Amino acid sequence: MTHISVTINGQLVERDVDPRVLLVHFLRDDLGMTGTHWGCDTTNCGVCSVLLDGQPVKSCTVLAVMADGHEVRTVEGLEVDGVLDPIQQGFMEEHGLQCGFCTPGMLMTGRALLDENPHPTEHEIREAISGQICRCTGYATIVRSIQWAADHPAGITNGQAEQHAVKEEASA
Amino acid sequence: MQISAPFDYARATSVDDAIALLEKFGEESRIIAGGHSLLPMMKLRLARPEALVDINQLTELSHVTEEPDRIRIGAMTRHVELIASPVLARHFPIFGDAGRVIADPLVRNRGTIGGSLCQADPGEDLTAVCIVLDATVVLRGPGGERTLTMGDFHLGPYTTAAAHDEILTEIRIPLRPRSGSAYEKVERRVGDYAVAAAGASVALAEDGTVAEIGIGLAAVGLDERPAAAEAVLRGQAPTPERIAEAAKATAAATEPVDDLRGTAEYKRHLAEELTKRVIARAIARAKGTQA
Amino acid sequence: MTIIDQPRAARRHEDAEDFGAEHGRDHAHNPAADDPHRPLGFGRLQRKEDPRFVRGQGNYTDDIQLAGMLHGAILRSPLAHARINSIDTSAALAHPGVVAVITAKDLEPLGLAWMPTLSYDTQSVLASDKVRFQGQEVAFVIAEDRYAARDALELIDVDYDILPVVHDARRALDADAPLIRDDLEGRTDNHIADWECGDQAAWEAVKAKADHVVSQEIVYPRVHPAPMETCGAVADFNKVSGELNLYVTSQAPHAHRTVFALVAGLPEHKINLISPDVGGGFGNKVPVYPGYVLATVGSIVTGKPVKWMEDRSENLMSTGFARDYIMQGEIAFNSDGTLLGLHAFALADHGAFNATAQPTKYPAGFFNIFPGSYTWEAVYGKVTSVYTNKAPGGVAYACSFRITEASYLVERMVDRAAMELGMDPAELRLKNFIKPEQFPYDNKAGFEYDSGRYEETMRHAMQLIGYEELRKEQAEKRARGELMGIGISFFTEGVGAGPRKHMDILGLGMADGAELRIHPTGKAQLRISVQTQGQGHETTFAQIVAEELGLPPEDIDVIHGDTRNTPYGLGTYGSRSTPVSGAAASLVARKVRDKAKLVAAAMLEVSPDDLEWEKGRWYVKGDPTAGKTIQEVAFAVHGTMTLPDGVDGNLDAVVTYDPPNLTYPYGAYFCVTDIDPGTGKVTIRRFLAVDDCGTRINPMVIEGQVHGGLTDGVGMALMQFIGFDEQGNCLGGSFMDYLIPSALEVPDWETGFTVTPSPHHPIGAKGIGESATVGSPSAIMNSVIDALRPLGVTGMDMPATPNRVWDAMNGRATPPV
Repeated sequence: MTHISVTINGQLVERDVDPRVLLVHFLRDDLGMTGTHWGCDTTNCGVCSVLLDGQPVKSCTVLAVMADGHEVRTVEGLEVDGVLDPIQQGFMEEHGLQCGFCTPGMLMTGRALLDENPHPTEHEIREAISGQICRCTGYATIVRSIQWAADHPAGITNGQAEQHAVKEEASA
Repeated sequence: MQISAPFDYARATSVDDAIALLEKFGEESRIIAGGHSLLPMMKLRLARPEALVDINQLTELSHVTEEPDRIRIGAMTRHVELIASPVLARHFPIFGDAGRVIADPLVRNRGTIGGSLCQADPGEDLTAVCIVLDATVVLRGPGGERTLTMGDFHLGPYTTAAAHDEILTEIRIPLRPRSGSAYEKVERRVGDYAVAAAGASVALAEDGTVAEIGIGLAAVGLDERPAAAEAVLRGQAPTPERIAEAAKATAAATEPVDDLRGTAEYKRHLAEELTKRVIARAIARAKGTQA
Repeated sequence: MTIIDQPRAARRHEDAEDFGAEHGRDHAHNPAADDPHRPLGFGRLQRKEDPRFVRGQGNYTDDIQLAGMLHGAILRSPLAHARINSIDTSAALAHPGVVAVITAKDLEPLGLAWMPTLSYDTQSVLASDKVRFQGQEVAFVIAEDRYAARDALELIDVDYDILPVVHDARRALDADAPLIRDDLEGRTDNHIADWECGDQAAWEAVKAKADHVVSQEIVYPRVHPAPMETCGAVADFNKVSGELNLYVTSQAPHAHRTVFALVAGLPEHKINLISPDVGGGFGNKVPVYPGYVLATVGSIVTGKPVKWMEDRSENLMSTGFARDYIMQGEIAFNSDGTLLGLHAFALADHGAFNATAQPTKYPAGFFNIFPGSYTWEAVYGKVTSVYTNKAPGGVAYACSFRITEASYLVERMVDRAAMELGMDPAELRLKNFIKPEQFPYDNKAGFEYDSGRYEETMRHAMQLIGYEELRKEQAEKRARGELMGIGISFFTEGVGAGPRKHMDILGLGMADGAELRIHPTGKAQLRISVQTQGQGHETTFAQIVAEELGLPPEDIDVIHGDTRNTPYGLGTYGSRSTPVSGAAASLVARKVRDKAKLVAAAMLEVSPDDLEWEKGRWYVKGDPTAGKTIQEVAFAVHGTMTLPDGVDGNLDAVVTYDPPNLTYPYGAYFCVTDIDPGTGKVTIRRFLAVDDCGTRINPMVIEGQVHGGLTDGVGMALMQFIGFDEQGNCLGGSFMDYLIPSALEVPDWETGFTVTPSPHHPIGAKGIGESATVGSPSAIMNSVIDALRPLGVTGMDMPATPNRVWDAMNGRATPPV
């Protein structure tokens, strides 16, 4: 077992882990953070994508021990004080998700892209998410969702927020 | 998801520490850098190292350094950094061409040039790039440093001259005036290994003839530069006919095999087609007529 | 009335406005209904499921953690066909953390070594006598964590004798072919079934008189639905109560519960089958897999909950694949472009067990649709299915029960006829379409199409894509030696299985239930039998009820996926949710509305006959101010008022819907490709899908369904297949080799629509979930072949990988994969 300290969504987490434990399993099984999913054996699908020191990586191909001393951000860290990140709002506005399985990874990559490049072109968005597979959307609405977030860096304005809140309450 | 067999793990604090750890863990230990070649193989249990020495903290190995007559690239420089480097973009646009077709952006955030060269996957792109650019690599082991040409370092698929307890620390690429380089790959899908790929670097003499040329391919069973093909152009004016002849000679030197990515015949065709394209683009770049 | 929109840029608003216009919304007393952002019924509406998913709060099967839960892993056969001499599990059992190792020997006394398939065959749960495909289940390890379970798999020693393999369906019926199913008594060959439709004699007669007859082999390779979430289950058996809670990645919870009752011998009322959030299905989560049974056995044996989640390679190598039809098409037509006859023969590879999931009386699924959208004098179809040493399955991947294969065949053949005639393929289609006045139309192969305005939809699509300009551009490019293709498909689907007198699965009629409860404050719960895997049922089904009752969609919760609190029904696949369950939802809401009418009449002290309905309320004819909203009625009916006859203190209602026919969505698809002549690489420059799925409930969701299906089509047409070598080794067992398009391989989709409501569906809706998967591969391949026409190419099989395109360009055969 190896002792690690990882900052996850701003909180320092310390655990003893078997070195072979993958970051995705550390998050899901050790910490119960099941928002990050997994979808393949071969580092192809990107469903497990999280941010490591701000950069999107596939958490199935990073050992938990390799994250020792680093910062990890997951889908659970996007909403701050009850306010959704614009990227989350964008996916709801533009139907950027269907089954929701690839969504956390897409959200994290979208967030990282906009942090680095606030006004990406369509091609830049497509390239940024090209390491992640979605079987439901055909990607166009994911592209639009990220564009929506780029166009609304502060998220939804007040007038819209009210309407938004009603809908969320209904389905919460 | 598949899971690797158990192993010991240690994080190196310096290159010398890493070497000491490799010696301590013994023959069945491996260095892990980005991990994007090694971990997938370990998860499928096609690789079963008994210990991993993690060198991700060795930031001193992550750099692109410009010197008057050469560029030095630290082995831990990640693919994303190769693509973003203005120095490489200026001198060796081939890194941008190749970097952008290595796997996908998330993999490129982790993968390193040293890891790619040491893994030496037959479909891997940066080995061909370094061969094309006449690079040398620096290996450090318990007995000190040694410098090898790519030809001496890269011995074939999954095989390099690096000893178990040696670390690749740096790649050195000579600068040549009036040079240009390019890389092109055919893949079945974005992120896949190459069906075939070709890279070329050309330095022009002042009179426009080819002063120096390097050709390198990936995934077609050609581990060294095709000398006969390069000879077609070296010292000559790069006419379309000569470029075509060099491309044909390149294809003739390949020994591709049938696999799921394509037939040997198709790969040989691609070797010719892509070589033709990259030589032309490298020349255009050397002349400054193409970005 | 048919509504036609503009594609792309203006698409969304047009959707909402056109739709509103068509339904003539006029809600003087219900201003909320006029808000295009909050439709009180049909229209674009954000999904109710999204808030949990964007927060990472979905609850998928692998997210389920139960106290004391153990983890299972399956040892699979490395060989495609081999006799099992012995299995030694002792080392695995001794491995730290391992609780149990189960083999067929343990299952035999329980009668669980074999289980029924959805096609009345049997399938090994764990192999006992021999293994019949690579990846078949051989042993099941149960351990304290998933790492230990996985480690122990390596410690099981199985002694096999290798047997000869049937790796090619074409050789399955050879006299010397090895017998795969020697477990079945009296069986001497690998033949499963023959099935026919149409009229062979009439076809022969037409063929004899036609000016032209062209034939073509058309292979639809084996592919796999590969949902992002693999299959898995968590079984939790309570020995005291005898209750089994089974969380499972299921598209059909009720049907699966019944199958489980039959397989495991557990009483059905003691099984609670719960399908939590499902990460995509596409038909992959319709069959019952050995892993589900093993998790259940594991829980019974250990007394603890057992989770089993398959790896991606297990998913690709062992679970329900799709297609694998080797087809021969023959088309007869006259020189003036009149299509006369069509014959299709398919050799169907069903793998080692016949586990295809389709209505019992349709062993070739709905291949009956193969005449497509055209009138013919005669058609004749035949399908022969065989066993091979490959994974079982065949009906999946949004195929609408083999409509993908049938539609692909006819659309390729019609293009082939156009080539022969030198006629524009759009013109040939327009000349031969079934005309609107011919509906309901008997397609001569057993199906009666309900409705369609094919020519109108086709012309709309041609206008949207700019067909004539594209042909001009193509001519110019061809003159320069560039390879540009324009491909068309015009498909008709038959979805919404189905009328119970014709359609059942394992004897269960293909009906679906809906139960609607209206609470006193006017909030509602709709309970349905179908199971979303991303289709957005929580939203669209709320919209159906909202449309009927005038309740805001956010006041209606849709409950699904748990057999304990939903009505019986056969589940979500074959685009049947809206055609069947959607009809049930609409009818159950109408029942509520009718009940509310009686109550409102009593409240207003008028006769029910004096009441008029507008969205949300009953009011007195001639006096719109005197009325009662559904909410007012709901409170009153639960209150102290004297109830009218026929109303017993609630507004709740239950229905089970038995569809009178399938619904027949259709579409016109256009694909523009460019091919790199030096490498054979195909780029899809544009793709336009114009769909007619009848009444449109939520245009945003429909667009999403279409986009996803188009991407499936790109995958199949350009890169996907599950191949096998001569030893029966699966060559597509990971995402390294089973390729799925990324965002960079697909264009920015263009869509349009027309609306031809189904005449027999309560709201006129037809299924849309699989239209694009059905329609797109033929459009793409027709485009690729069209691009290669100047090189003399008249056909090639999928996938159009760079290598295979280059082979075709050079006149080499592109051997079926």
